[in-house]
Amino acid sequence: MNTVEVIKNWIDKGSEVLDLGCGDGEIMNILSKEWGSTVLGVEINQDDINKCIQSGLNVIHQNIDEGLGNFNDNSFDIVIMSQTIQVLKEPKKALQEVTRIGNESIVTIPNFGYWTTRINLLLSGKMPITGALPNSWHDTDNIHLCTIKDFENLCSECGINVREKCFFNKFGKESVLAKVAPNLFATTAMYKISK
Amino acid sequence: MSDSIGKVKAQKVTLEGKFELECGQSLNDIELVYETYGALNADATNAILICHALSGNHHAAGKYENEEKPGWWDSLIGPGKAVDTNKFFVVCPNNIGGCHGSLGPNSINHDTGDYYGPDFPIITVRDWVNSQAKLSDLLGIEKWHAVMGGSLGGMQALEWSYLFPKRIKKAAIIAAAPKLSAQNIAFNEVARQAILNDPDFEGGRYLDKSKYPKQGLKLARMVGHITYLSEEAMRSKFGRELKKEKLNFGYDAEFEIESYLRYQGDVFSESFDANTYLLMTKILDYFDPASNFEGKLVSAFQSIEAQLLVVSFSTDWRFAPERSKEIVNALIEAKKNVSYLEINSPHGHDSFLFANDDYVKGLSAFLEN
Repeated sequence: MNTVEVIKNWIDKGSEVLDLGCGDGEIMNILSKEWGSTVLGVEINQDDINKCIQSGLNVIHQNIDEGLGNFNDNSFDIVIMSQTIQVLKEPKKALQEVTRIGNESIVTIPNFGYWTTRINLLLSGKMPITGALPNSWHDTDNIHLCTIKDFENLCSECGINVREKCFFNKFGKESVLAKVAPNLFATTAMYKISK
Repeated sequence: MSDSIGKVKAQKVTLEGKFELECGQSLNDIELVYETYGALNADATNAILICHALSGNHHAAGKYENEEKPGWWDSLIGPGKAVDTNKFFVVCPNNIGGCHGSLGPNSINHDTGDYYGPDFPIITVRDWVNSQAKLSDLLGIEKWHAVMGGSLGGMQALEWSYLFPKRIKKAAIIAAAPKLSAQNIAFNEVARQAILNDPDFEGGRYLDKSKYPKQGLKLARMVGHITYLSEEAMRSKFGRELKKEKLNFGYDAEFEIESYLRYQGDVFSESFDANTYLLMTKILDYFDPASNFEGKLVSAFQSIEAQLLVVSFSTDWRFAPERSKEIVNALIEAKKNVSYLEINSPHGHDSFLFANDDYVKGLSAFLEN
């Protein structure tokens, strides 16, 4: 299964979904069309916002780093934050906010513990540049990268429960290796969490 | 390529019979002047209603015969523009109380044979929307594809969405606020005082006496105009530029901004009615949909069915982005279909009149999705 299929597996049909950092609305589109979800996106990039609007998706122009206080406690069944937490100034606060707003949340992170990243750093002595992390250290939006272990530690530190997890290889698919030793062999990790 | 709609002509319609107003008074056989652009399709599903702001009127796009100046929203309405007249049938009326052809204070009251002047009843945004609904009936439009407007026009679009939820598919609420702040009302009050205290105002009966409170209206417009521009726009357009090479130690207009404001005030005061201006500022001050719901905007929005787009501009300090977000947040809480765009623009409140690229793309994506 790929990430969107897993998300569908993890949420009920017809759920109310808030997608923080929704990009061009890819996930929202699938959930609203195939899963009967009511979706609302939050995005900061103007072109992405216009693509969402073009697709008839509801989207709010908002900078997550400036707070999410306009969303009430438990006001959505599901809050999705896919490949976004690593670009935020305060990932810990964002994680707490996500679990406050959603009854349940789905967070996807790029795994900095992936083996090629580790070897890359070990052998070159430079910040890794890989398929998943294509930009130089000074030129990347990814300012708060973490490993699978780091993320799970942060969750327990914040009193957040991990309900489900799923690990994907570089092709965006689940694999045996990624399942057996995720921190080494998963490029992406997805969690279903709640307070 | 964006093009102009070309030559346009205004039309007139009469809303026959008695029209009850929110203030308790009524008006009879209201005449409304309006313009249309583009063509209505066979099933009347492509109509867009444009609501004008404080100083606007029905001339939103195109040009009149022998006139060079296009309508006030020509940058956005036309073939291939944000509001594409190749696709949509666009209607823009001059609201009740206006001074450019619709029934207003400068019309003759047929009961008395005199100008209405100060006796013209206080109109509200709700009255306007009700009159626009009657206009829709006469035009054969059961449901608008969209209702849209900037500033006070945005407030009308918002009012449409909860007053006639079945009659609009979309609403674009641009550079608006859910109600005026104390500061907003304060500026309006300065404008009113300027007019009311002009000796030629004659208690609002200036037309009967062949006078005109030009100076008061000019001042009112100058104050208003300052609030439409951003500090940044004023600085980059005028800075401290002098009209002449050096200071002349007097009270004539020396800085460019002074002569610009005076010029704007002069032009405006020659084409606008002072009583209408007073009325428009009151309509703004009174707008407060939450007031009927114990101050809860969320409750006021319960009936909304349309898809809404709220747009604000970064340098607008008259109705700043925070004010638009009040609308957006209440809509989110009410679980309504809303999108929000905050456009980077240097032009302050007036930004809604300019064809900023992001703004145009967002609007057309919304209207055409």
